Amino acid sequence: MKYKLLIVSLLLLGGSVMVSAQTEAPPPDSTAAVIDSSLFPAPVSLLEAFDTDNDHGHAVTLEWETSADDGVGMNSVIRYEVYRWVPSLLDTLAALNSNISEIRGRLLRDEDLPDDESVLASLREQFDMVLDGLEAAHAAYPENGEWRKIGASPSGETGYSNTGSKERGNSEFLPDFCDLYYRVDAVTADTDIRTASVIVGPVQSSGQWINSGRYPVLWAVLIFGFLTIWFVRRARKGAELYVRPLAGIEAVDDAIGRATEMGRPILYVLGLGSAADVATIASFTILGRVAKRVAEYQTQLLVPTYDPIVMSVAQEVVKSAYFDAGRADAYQDDIVHFVTQSQFAYVAAVNGIMLRELPATNVYMGKFFAESLLLAETGALAGSIQISGTDEIAQIPFFIVACDYTLIGEELYAASAYLGREPVLLGSLKAQDYAKAAVIVLGTIGIIAANLDWTAFTSLFRVAN
Amino acid sequence: MKKASWVIMALVTVVFVVSWIAKSSSYNGETDNYIAQGFLVTFAAFLTLSIMSFLYKDNPFYKFAEHLFVGISAAFWMCMGFWSTIVGNLIPRLSSSLSEWFKVPYIESDYNIAFYVPVVLGILLLMRLSSKRGWLSRWPLAFIVGTTAGLNFIRYLRSDFIKQISATLVPLVVDWQGVGHFFSTFSLSASGQFVAIVTNWVVFLGVFCGLIYFFFSKEHTGAFGRASRVGIWVLMITFGASFGYTVMGRISLLVGRITFLFKDWLEIIG
Repeated sequence: MKYKLLIVSLLLLGGSVMVSAQTEAPPPDSTAAVIDSSLFPAPVSLLEAFDTDNDHGHAVTLEWETSADDGVGMNSVIRYEVYRWVPSLLDTLAALNSNISEIRGRLLRDEDLPDDESVLASLREQFDMVLDGLEAAHAAYPENGEWRKIGASPSGETGYSNTGSKERGNSEFLPDFCDLYYRVDAVTADTDIRTASVIVGPVQSSGQWINSGRYPVLWAVLIFGFLTIWFVRRARKGAELYVRPLAGIEAVDDAIGRATEMGRPILYVLGLGSAADVATIASFTILGRVAKRVAEYQTQLLVPTYDPIVMSVAQEVVKSAYFDAGRADAYQDDIVHFVTQSQFAYVAAVNGIMLRELPATNVYMGKFFAESLLLAETGALAGSIQISGTDEIAQIPFFIVACDYTLIGEELYAASAYLGREPVLLGSLKAQDYAKAAVIVLGTIGIIAANLDWTAFTSLFRVAN
Repeated sequence: MKKASWVIMALVTVVFVVSWIAKSSSYNGETDNYIAQGFLVTFAAFLTLSIMSFLYKDNPFYKFAEHLFVGISAAFWMCMGFWSTIVGNLIPRLSSSLSEWFKVPYIESDYNIAFYVPVVLGILLLMRLSSKRGWLSRWPLAFIVGTTAGLNFIRYLRSDFIKQISATLVPLVVDWQGVGHFFSTFSLSASGQFVAIVTNWVVFLGVFCGLIYFFFSKEHTGAFGRASRVGIWVLMITFGASFGYTVMGRISLLVGRITFLFKDWLEIIG
């Protein structure tokens, strides 16, 4: 007990000496003089600071053992305040950045003062110089800087992550590869009564090339990639890979035939996705098939698009389909046309097309959002046969109620493989099925593991963000 | 045009003008440009009603509102794309003389030769306007589709595959302390043991039967077919709940427009 008291007193003494020497937060001497030293809580112990793992840098993690007066002892600690030693050069950097932004703003608004350009150039030079000097400024601890509170953790907590900004010039900027020093204060309800920990440092933050928290994704990529390559090779060798019929896709040919008989066009809507969305990519394949049939039957096709890139890709797809069908002469660039990139303006235009052109068949395949029901409802009013498919879960219900056939989620991707019959698509579809089988097997084992509290297995599927 | 159409057009014009005068009068004293303010509110109400007239059938008012909306939005997004992406982001990082030309500050510190890659790809994309060099536009398209599909692959694998598996690994028997304890603490409250067990069973059966529905390389017959039927039922119940939830959101949008008409335009409600 005697030793314990001695250690605590020494720590308190050490802490208050450090605090009075280097911080803005510690209680002034006059206050300390009138406060009973026995009221000061024990400091945190075993404080460690280290670079945060698996991040892009600009972050340091602190861990500690709680104060002896947190929850036990005097039970007076209400929170832990985390301080970092910040060189004044960081403030200079933020100030320079603020000045640069102000002048840039003036230039943008065309309200620039006569010498703004030269001032801006000079400020930029200073900014770069300060930036270059940051490493030395941090290494010069404890000269030309101060302790600054950067955050707090409630009592009972044993850690804090100091995630700074990577934007140079931001007041929260936390530079990588610079010496950083931290301390943690155990604070009581009376904020003047606090005890600082020992100072830890130097510690440097840095980014990592590999996020070890995402190894499960790597394994999944390798396994899925292997399965895909395996089945693609099999399909190329001529192995028969069965794909069950999809009602929505089976109906496409009938719908094109109906349009031909009625002498009305087919409206194909690619949705609001970009050319990079998986649903849009799948939709291109289906569009190719539809366009080929349309060319063969000499029916009219209308493809109003929302995205200029999607329009370009769709034009290529339709053009190829017309060539494949031997009807290159029938191809016109305005089959696929751009409307607008405003969601509801696009809806208004497509709805107008539906009521004026009266297409016999409307095909909605791709990524849809709030416009799904507006389009499908208008199409139903116009008396068109409607076939839809999307992977947007929130929009599938609307298509189900308003369309004749709906491809739900992954059926859209399967449809492109089913129609295309290309080895690559069929192989990836088969690989997906095997991946689903793996999910069922692993899930069953995992549920048993979860029941038995066997965390070693369940933790295999934990992925860092 | 039929006589009736002329009468309707004239009527709408009269209502519009009367509304404009009335709204301008009501803004008189509140703002300097009360005539313009009155016109804007009246025009917004006219466009709202024109779009809503589509509920009856396609008509000239709807066509007018549609074409105006499409034209303005197309032009707006083109301008936004040019001024915010090319002039706002690209030029200040590439060229001081072009920055000066466009009156944007040149950001020398952000200069990066990699910015020329999108410039070249963008120019190649425009090559489709040329009949001879049109094939060059396929390169940027391939680049866009390929890179983003690759990036999305990892993202989807993490969020839609591994995290889904992880979320499914739930104990089917939650906090089990014997049959006696189960019945003595039996409750239908959301936080009770019974509901927790039922929830986990629904997750387990729903996920596995749903996955079976999405098996494409096997015929859905026999036990497999029955599990698939359960899967589609689970999906449909989920879609039903989602439908109701989304419809509620849409109604709030309608309320917004109705509020505009009755509050800002007609000033019937306070």
